[in-house]
Amino acid sequence: MPKKLTTILVPVISVILGLLVGAIVMLVSGYDPVEGYLALWEGIFGDVYTLGGTVRQITPYVLAGLAVAFAFRTGLFNIGVEGQLIMGWLAAAYVGYAFDLPAIIHLPLAILAAAVAGALWAFIPGLLKAKLQVHEVIVTIMMNYIALHVSNAIIKSLTDGGEKTPAIHESASLRSAFLDNLTEYSRMHYGFVIALIMVVIMWFILERTKRGFELKAVGFNQNASEYAGMNVNKNIILAMVISGAFAGLAGAMEALGTFGNVSVIGGFTGIGFDGIAVALLGANAPLGVLLGATLFGSLKFGALNMPNVGIPVEIVSIIIALVIFFVASGYIIRVFLERMSKKKEAK
Amino acid sequence: MSFLEVLYFIVPTAIFYAAPLILTAIGGVFSERSGVVNIGLEGLMVMGAFVGIVFNLTYVDTFGAWTPWISLLVAGLAAGIFSILHAVASISFRADQTVSGVAINLLGIAIALFSVKMLYDKGQTDMIKVRFPRFNIPFLEDIPLIGPMFFKDVYGTSILAIAIAIMAWFIIYKTPFGLRLRAVGEHPTAADTMGVNVTKMRYIAVIISGVLGGIGGAIYSQTISGDFGHATINGQGFMAIAAMIFGKWHPLGALGAAIFFGFAQSLSIAGSSIPYIKEIPSVYLHILPYVLTIFALAGFIGKANAPKASGQPYIKGKR
Repeated sequence: MPKKLTTILVPVISVILGLLVGAIVMLVSGYDPVEGYLALWEGIFGDVYTLGGTVRQITPYVLAGLAVAFAFRTGLFNIGVEGQLIMGWLAAAYVGYAFDLPAIIHLPLAILAAAVAGALWAFIPGLLKAKLQVHEVIVTIMMNYIALHVSNAIIKSLTDGGEKTPAIHESASLRSAFLDNLTEYSRMHYGFVIALIMVVIMWFILERTKRGFELKAVGFNQNASEYAGMNVNKNIILAMVISGAFAGLAGAMEALGTFGNVSVIGGFTGIGFDGIAVALLGANAPLGVLLGATLFGSLKFGALNMPNVGIPVEIVSIIIALVIFFVASGYIIRVFLERMSKKKEAK
Repeated sequence: MSFLEVLYFIVPTAIFYAAPLILTAIGGVFSERSGVVNIGLEGLMVMGAFVGIVFNLTYVDTFGAWTPWISLLVAGLAAGIFSILHAVASISFRADQTVSGVAINLLGIAIALFSVKMLYDKGQTDMIKVRFPRFNIPFLEDIPLIGPMFFKDVYGTSILAIAIAIMAWFIIYKTPFGLRLRAVGEHPTAADTMGVNVTKMRYIAVIISGVLGGIGGAIYSQTISGDFGHATINGQGFMAIAAMIFGKWHPLGALGAAIFFGFAQSLSIAGSSIPYIKEIPSVYLHILPYVLTIFALAGFIGKANAPKASGQPYIKGKR
């Protein structure tokens, strides 16, 4: 079986298996899976309102997925997307309400602030990895919790002990009256345009620039890259910074689009962790990430309709987690596929 | 409050907060020593916390005062079974261990919340009625200074956690099983050549980490939170990983680190009533364990090195 086909088949089979096991879970728990999946479908495509909501949910997933995927392509595992996203969210919301500027400057500035905040938060693990060979997985996890507590503390000090920042100014908002009218106030915003641009940018960096080639080379083999005259340390840091910038942008979507402010949060948003699922499902390719984010974002938003037929929304989280399992265990699916194709050849 | 009074207050609280961390961190030590990274500790704790609370709520009339202890066992068993998923994926199916661990975390909280809604029709369980009792240890409590600090009004769970840490040290460093466990994590090929069943050892280690993580979670939910909801276990598992690394993958090191983190946690919660401490903004105490872990990894507090083969699936015949 050609390798390219298996690369596509593994995620597809994983999604089907995930949905199947999800159906079994519903059946065992005494719910009707057909009714459940119909409600899910309605929740995604039901009308313009749900469609708008689905797109809104997909938007940060694309960016979080790109962040994880970009790091993966350069040989790094960025579990810190969640923390970088929180810092980006905070930065965008702050710039959004603290400055008074014309929209043409204000909006780009707020978006840029989010990217920079995310990039800075990712710079620390990148630096530690490059200079001291500290594994980025643990550092980024720790940075997530530091981000959570620091962001909460900053919000409280900015607002004199309040729970959320003031709303951002109109000039920094990604929302628009046009989209609100079109989708019956679904909170859909222009962030999806930014997400799509970023998909192209990631593809361009990795496939069309010398720097992207270096980043990938470092991911494949550090020693060979060094021997070829590349600066490995610089590339590791740069990879983390770019990944963090994507994550920060995902935070900007929440700050400037969906919520219009930032609140004290007790736990993580989950977008960063779902980004890992998105990247894996999309085989770390920009287009794959877009597809993966579309699937998971749709599932996540559509699930909100499932309690209407009595099924807890968490069923979709179970399905997403299962899909990650199956994609991660791709080895066994590949073995299975190879056996199947060999049998066919034997016949 | 005098300094001594502060100590009498803060030391038992620290150990009380540390107990779930100690058990889970020791679980992590077992798993990583065998060469399997277990980021899924958080999910295993969630599973334990959830099962512990549900069992406690359901069977409190049958078992009475013994309910929390039996809940611990059941929670450990449930999380042990749950951890087999991680073992199968990362050992037999050669999945990326970190990814599989992330999936365990997502799956754990999803299953727990799904079940809570199914069982109770709401997002959070009721408060449990029977918790772990505090008790005084006769004779030891009369020792001046140390007595009131360690042996008065102690939780059984604190004693259990410290006992298990010492047991884990004995098992890992003083028994043939422990030697094999460490060998499999450092150099699986060599261990295999000497006739050690690498796959079996790793399965056992991951399941042990599941059982301990589950007990840790159940201790947390039955001593500290008292119910189960979406935010009951919120980073405890990752803090346990931090304790494991800070303790340099050694059971007693993890014990010390966990107690220290418990200390930081108890300060951030109870600190407002203690002079001097209340001047420090709580955010610093909240982030202290995480910052220290990064420092430990960076080598500022002695170099922390992971077991050599940790994170890599063992493929027979591959060099």
